[in-house]
Amino acid sequence: MTTPAQTAASRRETMRTWLRLSGMLPVLVLLCIGFELASGRFLSVNNLSIVMQQASINAVLAAGMTFVILTGGIDLSVGSILALAAVVAVAATITPGLAWAAIPLALMAGAACGLVNGSLIAWLGLPPFIVTLGALTAVRGVARLAAGDSTVFNSDLPFSVIGNGNLFGVPWLVVIAFLVILLSWVILRRTVLGTWIYAVGGNAEAAALAGIKVPLVLLFVYAVSGLLAGLGGVMSAARLYAANGLQLGQAYELDAIAAVILGGTSFVGGIGSVWGTLIGALIIAVLSNGLILLGVSDIWQYIIKGGVIILAVAIDKLRTR
Amino acid sequence: MTATAAMTQPATPRLVMHNISKTFGPIRALQDVSLTVMPGEVHALMGENGAGKSTLMRILAGAIHADADGRIEIDGRPAQIAGPRDARDLGIAVIYQELSQSPNLTVAENMFLGRERRRGPFMTDRARQRRECAPVLARLGADFGPDTLVMNLSLGQRQLVEIARALLQDARLIVMDEPTTALSERESEHLFTLIDGLRAEGIAIIYISHRMEEVYRLADSVSVLRDGRYVGGLSRAELDAERLVSMMVGREISGFYQKQHRPAPHEAAVLEVRDLTDGDGIGPVSFDLFAGEVVGISGLVGSGRTEVARLIYGADPARGGSVSLGGTELDHRRPRSSLDAGLAYLTEDRKGNGLFLDMTVAENTAISVLHRRGGPGGVLPPATVTDMGRARIAELDVRGAGPATRVGNLSGGNQQKVLLGRLLETAPQVLILDEPTRGVDIGAKSEIYSLIDRLTASGMAVLMISSELTELLGTADRILVMRDGRIAGEVPNTATNPATQEAIMRLSAGTGAQTKNGGQA
Repeated sequence: MTTPAQTAASRRETMRTWLRLSGMLPVLVLLCIGFELASGRFLSVNNLSIVMQQASINAVLAAGMTFVILTGGIDLSVGSILALAAVVAVAATITPGLAWAAIPLALMAGAACGLVNGSLIAWLGLPPFIVTLGALTAVRGVARLAAGDSTVFNSDLPFSVIGNGNLFGVPWLVVIAFLVILLSWVILRRTVLGTWIYAVGGNAEAAALAGIKVPLVLLFVYAVSGLLAGLGGVMSAARLYAANGLQLGQAYELDAIAAVILGGTSFVGGIGSVWGTLIGALIIAVLSNGLILLGVSDIWQYIIKGGVIILAVAIDKLRTR
Repeated sequence: MTATAAMTQPATPRLVMHNISKTFGPIRALQDVSLTVMPGEVHALMGENGAGKSTLMRILAGAIHADADGRIEIDGRPAQIAGPRDARDLGIAVIYQELSQSPNLTVAENMFLGRERRRGPFMTDRARQRRECAPVLARLGADFGPDTLVMNLSLGQRQLVEIARALLQDARLIVMDEPTTALSERESEHLFTLIDGLRAEGIAIIYISHRMEEVYRLADSVSVLRDGRYVGGLSRAELDAERLVSMMVGREISGFYQKQHRPAPHEAAVLEVRDLTDGDGIGPVSFDLFAGEVVGISGLVGSGRTEVARLIYGADPARGGSVSLGGTELDHRRPRSSLDAGLAYLTEDRKGNGLFLDMTVAENTAISVLHRRGGPGGVLPPATVTDMGRARIAELDVRGAGPATRVGNLSGGNQQKVLLGRLLETAPQVLILDEPTRGVDIGAKSEIYSLIDRLTASGMAVLMISSELTELLGTADRILVMRDGRIAGEVPNTATNPATQEAIMRLSAGTGAQTKNGGQA
């Protein structure tokens, strides 16, 4: 049954798949080289460490976002959840008797928000965009409430090592982000649940007919997204020794979505990998850092970052067509 | 692995369905249907579109629930099919026409979807999955491995994956819904051999089809459904084509097609297609269409019929070639300019990219010409739209609808009439109809045929794509047959020189060995 034309076609398909997987890595490398040539300071060990720290929180949010987008959904509420979790974490440390529970409480706050999102989407069948848009606003309000509409602050934060310490010279923020990406990859690619997530994104009806409990899968991905946003909140608070319910995490959801899309994950679900997401998050951090090194004004940074994101995805589309 | 337990009690039916009914709101999709299938039997289920075959199948699959009054027995024991998992545990596997697979997953992942082999509580045992599916694939003669992504497979190969999945589940009842629709002749023959093998192992098969040859080739018995009811059954010995057809249709079919127009002599072509191609496997295609004739386009699924129609209409970008209407070359890059020039296209996917289901009948008929009817500043008097809708409803006999009826509430046949009404509103010279009677009941079908005949008699030229050969033979004046994105040949179909199904099938399947490279026609 195999003809030469078929094998050539399948080789072409393999090539396409590979291109898709390698994704934006060349873009990342080119950006790094470009910034080094232009500034002469980009590729120093010190600066790269800063870049990775800057990328770490977004990478954690984007890992959760990858789960969600793989099912064809979206989670706009992660920035607000991050703010709430950060407030909870800092507030717990200044509440007598609760200091030890700061991190678990923050993670639980994040997961709880994700579970509410997921329940509405999975069982009531509400559109993810609408549900998480509502949560974006409502959770922001809850975060302000929890912080008494001001900044909660603790100069003696017990878990500040997460934000400022190192493990064998590697910042803890980077270690955590890498572990999250690794664990996400194991779940997505090596567990039964991971296959179900891809199946739901690829063909939800076929998944249901195959006996997969689609609502449970959806509940899981939004819970993961919420949980990781909670972790992002802990990381953020650890770095700043403080949390502000109104300002923290504003527009973080957009950077997370951008990282996932830059990473080659299909917006309609079913295709993508969390390694791509990591590269996407690094591209965004490299751009910010490099433009600052070059002394580009804040205003132009916005314009250039937005343009590069669209350009990169456009190139990807042309290349894999 | 294989169904070894199958032959233990040959006297007990594998499946008994007794008085199964299913209502969707006001519609009775099934009414007191009973069906018995023995182990090792290939039971063909026949019927027109909308006869209830798919509903019956979806009940077996656990995708929908039958009304409470009927009962189902598997191997003599009463069975409750509450969901897909129940169906699978009972040994029922359903192979849908639109294959239900996740194209982004591998063959092995699809075959084990929902019942993955595990290592510990969470991890997938991928090595074991690969190991277990390899022999099943080999047994089916598959030329691809367990790690191939399903999106890279042909439709025939994907069908094999579905069968392999059924075998892997130790299915003892396999339901196949028109499995050869998308297959080449060789792939179909391979499938038939496989089915013979499954039958020999005692697996029961319900084979849904309306292709007579396949039923003759495979079936041990046949049941016919019509309008959701069981009309009768025939054993293999009683098989008779005419009897089957009249059972399905419910009346004699002579006079069903009303071809009365006489094709005008070929003088100046109204539509000239020259070397049209999309640069990616479709075309180059060239042909002429003359006023007052119906030209059919036949070909297997995947032969490029719809693609060519969309290129002519400008719905997809052409990479070469030209389309001329009445001697003027069309700027065929946009549907708008085609419509303005007098070329209209009826999509094969009425609900997907034809109608606006939430809008009214009047709005749906008027939408292509609204810009011509608006007053100063584009302001549209509401009565204009309503009047247009009312006129088309009367002309095309759209039943149970007023201008303000929501189109989504109409039956398939009436929806199709509304869509045809939209095309006619643009006063076209050339109509391209892509599967104009798909999902349409038999009465509306007949009306659509006579409409086509009337339009042609009044000088319109019609290009009609259809998968139903009998329909093309009954309506077209000549038939173009497509294969591998090109026109493989033309078959005349006049009163004195009628086309035959064989001639068309030969061209669409490609005869002999030279087809492999899709070369000369």
